[in-house]
Amino acid sequence: MASYVIILVIVGYLSLLFAIGIWADRRSKSKWVHNPWVYALSLAVYCSAWTYYGSVGIAATSGVSFLTTYLGPIIALPLWILVFKRIVVISKQYQVASIADFISLRYGNKRSIGALVTIICVIAVFPYIALQLKAVSETFDILSGSSKSVSVFTDSTFYIAVLLAVFVALFGTQTTDASRRRSGLIFTVAVESVLKLVFFLIIGVYVTFYLFDGTTDIYNQISALDGFEKLATFSNIEASINWYFMIALSFFAIFLLPRQFQVSVVENTSVSHLKKASWVFPLYLLLFNVFVIFIAWAGKLLLSGELNPDYYTLYLPLAHGHKFLGLIVFLGGLSSVISMVVVSALALSTMISNNLIIPYGFIKALNDSNPKRNAQRIKNVRRASIFILIIGAYFFYVNFNIELSLFSIGLIAFVIIAQLAPAFFIGLFWNRGSAIAAKTGIIVGSLVTFYTLVLPFITEVFVEGSSLITNGPGGIALLKPYELFGVDFMPPVTHAFFWSMVFNVMSYLVFSVLQKGDYRERNYAELVVNASSYGELQENAFVWRGEAYVSEIRKALIRFLGEKRTTRALNLFYRKYDIDPQEEKADARLVNFSEKLLTGSIGAASAKLMISSVVKEQPVSLPEVLKILEENKETITINKQLQQQSHDLKRLSDRLKNANQALVEKDRQKDEFLDTVAHELKTPTASIRAASEILFDDDDMPVELKKKFLDNIVNDSDRLAALITNILDLEKLSNGREVMDKKQHSLKDTLHKAVDGVYQLALKKQVKIDVNEIESINLYYDEDRILQVFTNLLSNSIKFVSSKDGVIKVKTQLTDTTVLMIFEDNGKGIPQEDMQFIFDKFYQSNNQNVKKPMGSGMGLAISRHIIENHHGSIRVDPDFINGARFIVEFKN
Amino acid sequence: MKKILIVDDEPNIVMSLEYAFKKQGYSVFIARDGSEALVIMEREIPDLVILDVMMPQVDGYETIGMIKNNPAFAKAKVIFLSAKSKAADIEKGLKLGADEYFTKPFSVKKLITAVDHLIRA
Repeated sequence: MASYVIILVIVGYLSLLFAIGIWADRRSKSKWVHNPWVYALSLAVYCSAWTYYGSVGIAATSGVSFLTTYLGPIIALPLWILVFKRIVVISKQYQVASIADFISLRYGNKRSIGALVTIICVIAVFPYIALQLKAVSETFDILSGSSKSVSVFTDSTFYIAVLLAVFVALFGTQTTDASRRRSGLIFTVAVESVLKLVFFLIIGVYVTFYLFDGTTDIYNQISALDGFEKLATFSNIEASINWYFMIALSFFAIFLLPRQFQVSVVENTSVSHLKKASWVFPLYLLLFNVFVIFIAWAGKLLLSGELNPDYYTLYLPLAHGHKFLGLIVFLGGLSSVISMVVVSALALSTMISNNLIIPYGFIKALNDSNPKRNAQRIKNVRRASIFILIIGAYFFYVNFNIELSLFSIGLIAFVIIAQLAPAFFIGLFWNRGSAIAAKTGIIVGSLVTFYTLVLPFITEVFVEGSSLITNGPGGIALLKPYELFGVDFMPPVTHAFFWSMVFNVMSYLVFSVLQKGDYRERNYAELVVNASSYGELQENAFVWRGEAYVSEIRKALIRFLGEKRTTRALNLFYRKYDIDPQEEKADARLVNFSEKLLTGSIGAASAKLMISSVVKEQPVSLPEVLKILEENKETITINKQLQQQSHDLKRLSDRLKNANQALVEKDRQKDEFLDTVAHELKTPTASIRAASEILFDDDDMPVELKKKFLDNIVNDSDRLAALITNILDLEKLSNGREVMDKKQHSLKDTLHKAVDGVYQLALKKQVKIDVNEIESINLYYDEDRILQVFTNLLSNSIKFVSSKDGVIKVKTQLTDTTVLMIFEDNGKGIPQEDMQFIFDKFYQSNNQNVKKPMGSGMGLAISRHIIENHHGSIRVDPDFINGARFIVEFKN
Repeated sequence: MKKILIVDDEPNIVMSLEYAFKKQGYSVFIARDGSEALVIMEREIPDLVILDVMMPQVDGYETIGMIKNNPAFAKAKVIFLSAKSKAADIEKGLKLGADEYFTKPFSVKKLITAVDHLIRA
């Protein structure tokens, strides 16, 4: 394929990416750009050219060990989510813009540690970027069929590198606040993640199902070859240990590689997106690895052994004349290179500017300048870093023309990056880890890595069979770089990883225990380690003592954020903590808040330097810091408990109030009842006493009158007794203590018994009782009780009808579910205003001017309780105007 | 002959009182509640009214109010005779202008003494 065609395609592809980037930047809030899928896919920046080409290469030469790089992240992801949630929350709160920022924040915003982390990252990633460019260059040459260009200016890779630098500079440095999200850039990364996967799957399917008859076919053919066993299985225990270490290595990489930290933490727009990422990303990695081994085998079977196995993916279609497929493979590779280079360059440039250049030497210049110029300067530093990194990497590759496979350079980068792991992970969970220990650990670990991996590696390139490797320095076998202290069963990368980690972790632990950090370090350590309990404290969790003026801090902020943003941020701050904006002196919260505000723009360490240049800080002792933090924590816990308790108390007091109200009402009813009972009892008693007194004193009373008085006494005594019985009865019924003796009875029989009972009364008043419309119905009830109800109703009627023409009529009415007993009379009826009260105890109508024979006023109340105990009801028919009509309803 | 009006809705009590006071030489009138009492008082102004509190239609409190509001009944004494025996009830009755307050059950002899004391002088 002609070079110019390929160049045209590349230019077209890059223009498309630019267009997508611009489009997404403008729609950063739309659901297309801001969604968990974009986040999950952007994580796949992990799959660089190393994945795209290198894993086939390693599968072809060393078998399944290529899988470790992907198994690490897959296994680690559930854990990853847990730890990451915390990291993301802390990072958002403190405007962290890079891994260097994060680590320096944890160790008290020390600029030295931020710088050290930055240097380690640059050392690790710079050759890695060079390697990506090498992959582009080499695949370009393979595709175009030309040999390597002699001049830089005719080398298309150079132009690609320049375009990438422009791309990063354009989309990555729009604002000075590096902790702000870059939606355009991240969206293109996500798009590229889709493209590279799709393209890789296309070639996988092509190789497996077009060139071969599926996976079994390839397997059958390759297993016939010599030395196959070595490629598909683990030969021994050493290989298994190797696997284990490699998985750990890639697990660290997914946290610590600057580009991974950039996409997963800095560019995270919502913590909830982690959830989707937790399954999409592993699935992505699995899909990416489905065809790797088959492509590797196919390459071994179909291609000449002299070709570089890294590029089997590209050679295979080209060897079969499928140039278009080759172009697709090339574009997929280019995609993975672009996203890796872009994000790495962005992350590194932020780190270089915020953690290296600004805190060392630039801070003073920035301090004296205006916001516009400062912003421009910071952006320029970052843009320069981007260009130096990418173009520098290009020249690094051209000049050293490293004869190394993609895979090994990638692994060296991993081992170097892994040196940050102890400071990062242990620091997350152990508040004693100190800055000096972190620095020592990183430096010692890196030196060990250099000695056991980088040094022999480089030596090997220049001097074959160097005595350093075979005999050790000065012939000391124990110091052989690849077999340090006689450990000779591990391959170089695992070996270097093992020893560097041993030294790194030991240094970290020993120094942490030996030397405590200062109070500031410890303050931040507590904030990070106990992020969950200090989350709500925010500014309060920061312990600071000294003298500072708001106006000074304000000036410092304006220098970076500008007048408008500063005012807005401070207003928010004042409102949040309810502070008077006129307050002249700044407190710890404002100092901490201002540091956080600046961190995004100039990094954590520089922000600390910046703020401490305008405030007079007094050191606080470590025990004091811990005490204050503990108190803060306790205050929050106590507050929460108090809140809960007061809530509980309120609920209890509400319940008490209700219960009390009910009691008061009950009490009132009881008083009223007792009052009435007393009154009702006193009346006949008074009558008996008066009559007896007269009889006792008056000996010459006529016999007739005497008899009359005695008769009154007997009647009143009866009335008293009946009253007492009724009161007890009613209380028993209303408390539900009375058990009904329910049996089957005939309503008709019971009614007849009731009529017989009042017969004398009716006869005396010449009242007619008509029971002809009664049907024979059998029901379950307590006959004595129902008889009591009927008797009460009948005698009430007799009482209220006029004598001689009084008529009482009782009839039944049946429905499907009920039996109605209706008692009608032609008496004077019940006044409308009394109807709702007549079933209350002791209610006697005001209009009642005839004395009841029994006079208890409790008959209807008792009747109501009896009927209700039979699950029926008793009521007055309000529409009956010719007298009174009572309706007793039984459930059938 | 001094006139006594007995206002009560309990016929048995009324019967005892009527007998006892007639025997003491009083002229006795009977009413079963406040409204009946006022009808009677239009005709015969009593020297003393024995008044129950709890009665149908017009109760004792209302009745004494009407008695005290009518200058024609100015010289009529009032004795409450009621089952309501709480201090508050007694106080209320006296405040309304009653001369005595007897609670039921009561001693007929003491009631006669009180009546004698009030109107026989």
